[in-house]
Amino acid sequence: MDFLLENIITGLSIGSILLLIALGLAIIYGTMGVINMAHGEFVMLGAYATWAMNAFLGVGFLASLIVVFLGVACLGYLVERGVIRFLYRRPLDTILATWGVGVMLQQIVRLIAGGELRYVEMPPALSGTVSVLGITVSGYRVFVFLFVLALFAATWYLMYRTAFGTKLRAVVQNREIASCFGINSSRIYSLTFAYGAGLAGLAGALVAPLKSVSPEMGTTYVVDAFFVVVLGGVQSIFGTVASAFVLGEATGMLAFLWNDTIAKALVLLGIMILIRFRPQGLFTSKARR
Amino acid sequence: MAKQPPFRFPHLDGGFFVFVQREENEMAMKRRDFMKGAAAVGAASVVGTPHLWFKNAGLAYAGQGEIKVGVLFSLTGTTGIIEESLNKATILAIEEINDAGGINGMRIVPVVEDPASDPATFAAKARKLVLGDKCVSVFGSYTSASRKAVLPVFEKRNNLYWYPTLYEGRECSKNVIYTGAVPNQQQDEFIPWLVKNFGKKFYLIGSNYIYPKEENNYCKKLLEKLGAEVVNEEYVPLGHSEFSSVINKIKSTQPNVIFSTVVGDSVVALHRQYRAAGLDPEKMPMASLTTSENEVAAMGGDAAAGHFTSAPYFMVHKSPENERFVEAYKARWGADKVTHFVSEPSYFQVYLFKQAVEKLAPSDITPPNIREAVKGEEMTAPQGRVRIERENLHTWLWPKIAVAKSDGQFEVLQDSKEWVQPVPYAAYPDQVCRESGLEKV
Repeated sequence: MDFLLENIITGLSIGSILLLIALGLAIIYGTMGVINMAHGEFVMLGAYATWAMNAFLGVGFLASLIVVFLGVACLGYLVERGVIRFLYRRPLDTILATWGVGVMLQQIVRLIAGGELRYVEMPPALSGTVSVLGITVSGYRVFVFLFVLALFAATWYLMYRTAFGTKLRAVVQNREIASCFGINSSRIYSLTFAYGAGLAGLAGALVAPLKSVSPEMGTTYVVDAFFVVVLGGVQSIFGTVASAFVLGEATGMLAFLWNDTIAKALVLLGIMILIRFRPQGLFTSKARR
Repeated sequence: MAKQPPFRFPHLDGGFFVFVQREENEMAMKRRDFMKGAAAVGAASVVGTPHLWFKNAGLAYAGQGEIKVGVLFSLTGTTGIIEESLNKATILAIEEINDAGGINGMRIVPVVEDPASDPATFAAKARKLVLGDKCVSVFGSYTSASRKAVLPVFEKRNNLYWYPTLYEGRECSKNVIYTGAVPNQQQDEFIPWLVKNFGKKFYLIGSNYIYPKEENNYCKKLLEKLGAEVVNEEYVPLGHSEFSSVINKIKSTQPNVIFSTVVGDSVVALHRQYRAAGLDPEKMPMASLTTSENEVAAMGGDAAAGHFTSAPYFMVHKSPENERFVEAYKARWGADKVTHFVSEPSYFQVYLFKQAVEKLAPSDITPPNIREAVKGEEMTAPQGRVRIERENLHTWLWPKIAVAKSDGQFEVLQDSKEWVQPVPYAAYPDQVCRESGLEKV
C-alpha cells in the first residue's frame, strides 16, 4: 500500500510541474489560438534570469520569482506587439515566427551566458524533506505543488472574477462584436500574451533548482506542455489541470512499473489514440472554432 | 522539432549510416571513373605507377618545413562548449611544441574546422581536411556518433584520426588512435572497490543509447564474477529530467550502489533530485564513469558531495606534469578554465603524435608510417605514464577512483598501482582486436 501512495504522490508532483509549464501555453493557445513555439524559450529565460540574479546580484530565490515573472512578461508583451499581432489571421505563420523567436532567444542566451549548464541553488529552507501521510517527500516538491495550486487559483480568479477576465472571454468568443462594445481587443491580447509568458518564466525559475539550466532546456518542456494542452482541450483551464495530473500519474505509474522510456512512449501512444477519437481534447464539450 | 536534445557525452544517434553509404558510393563512383580512364589510356601503363603518387603525397604532407594537421572539434552546436575545451587543449599542445622548436625543425600547422556538432558536417569537414588540406593526421571528435561518421573517410584514405574521449569500446580500426578509456580501464578496479566498501546490491541506470548499454554489459559481467546482484537495470531517454519514479524504485529496491551512466543534463537532474528526496550518499552512493568537474559545477557541490567517479584523470591529480598542464592551460585560456578527463588526452595525444613523427624522415611522413611509428610509443602524461598498445591502437592508462566534495572538486582516493591495458572487446571474450584486425577466438 505504501508504494501505491508513494507513486500517487510522485504523480502529483510530476503533474504539478507539467501544469506549471503548460498553464501559460494553455492561456495563450486557448484564448488567442496562437501556437507559441517560443514557450520553451520563455521557460528557459526564466531559469537564466533566476540564475543571473542569484549569481551576480545575490538576489534570493523567492524574491527573484517576482522579478522573473515581470521581466519575462515584459518580453512577452514586446514579442506580441512586435511580431505576433501582425499574424493573427495567419496561424501557420505564427508557428514559424514564434519558432524563429525561440531560436533567436536560445542563441542570444548561448552567446551571452555561454552554453555550459548553470547552477541555481535550492533555497536552504526548502531543501529538506517532509513527511506526507507517512511518506518522505522532498520539501521543495511540496512547495512547487502548493505554489502551482496558488498560481492556478490566481489565474482562475483573473479569468473569471475580474473585469479583465470578462473582457478577455468576450474577445475570445467573438473579437469583432467585443470590439463593437468598446473593448480594446488588441490590448487584451497583448496583456494575455504577456501574462502567459510571465507564467512560463515562473515555471523556468521553479524547475531550475530541481533540474538543470542550459540554453536548450526549453525544447523538452515545450513538447510536454503541448501534450498537456492538447489532451486537456483548448479553452478550458480546468481541462489543463485535469490533463496535467492525468499525465503526471500515468507517467509516474508506468515509469515505476517499467521505465521512463517505455512510460514516455506509452503516454504518447495514448495521446495519439485519444486525439484520433476526441480531437477536441478530453475535457471540453465544444470543438474549437 | 528538428532540434537535437541537449546532452554532452559520447553518444550516437541516427544518421551516420547514411554518410557511410554516401562515402562508399562516392568512392565506388571514383573507382569506376578511374577504371574507365585507365581502359582508355591502356591498363598496363597505369598499373605500374601508383608508388609515384605516394612519393608525391609524402612530400606534400611535410612541405616547406611545415606539417599540417586537422583539428576537428565542434565550436558551435549542442556539444560545442565541451568540444571547445578539447580544441583548446589541442591548440595549447601544438603551440607548446612549435615554441620548443617544432618536430625536427618543422612547425605543426593546425587547420581548425568547426563541424558544428553535426555528424554530416563532421564527415564533410574530415574529407576536406584529408583530401583538400592534405593533413597528415586529424585530432577530433567527442561523441561516438561523430567518430563513426568520419571513420569511412579515414579508412578509405588510409589517414589517421586521434580520438581523445572515453567511449564504449567495441571498435577496432587501423585508422584511429584512441587515447581515452574503454570500459575495462574504468571498471576493473572500480566495481570490486565498490562491492568491497558498500555491498553487493547494484542498481544500474543509464541514458538510453549505446554507451551506457555497453558499459553496463561489462559491469554485469564483473558483478557476476564477484557474486553481486543487479536489483534493476534501466535506461532513461536522453535529456530526461524527471527522476522521481526512478527514485521511488531506488527506495523500494534499496541497493548498496547506484551505478550511473546517465549523461549530460540528466546527470544534474538525477543528483539534485536524489538529494532533494533525502537519500544519503553514505549508505547508497552513486558511482559514475561520466560525472566530471563540469557536471559537478552545474549541479552544485552539495548535490555532488559523497558520490564517486572513476576516470584516468582529475584536475586535482598531483604530478609535476599535471601542475604544468593546468598552469599552462589557465595561462593560455583564462584562470577560470578547468581541465577534465577528456581535455587531458586531447593534450597528450599531440605529444604522442610528435614523438611518432620525430622518428620519421621528412619524405616518410605519411599517415600509415605515423601509425607504425606510434605503436608502443610511451610518454609521461599529466595522469601518469601512458603507452599506445601495438595491437589495438588504444592507450594504456591510469584509472583513478575519486569522490566529489562540496567545494566542487574531486578528491582522489585511489590511484591504480600500475597502468591498465586497454581491452576494447572486454565484454566480448570471443572477439579480440589485433594488429591484423578483429579476430574471432
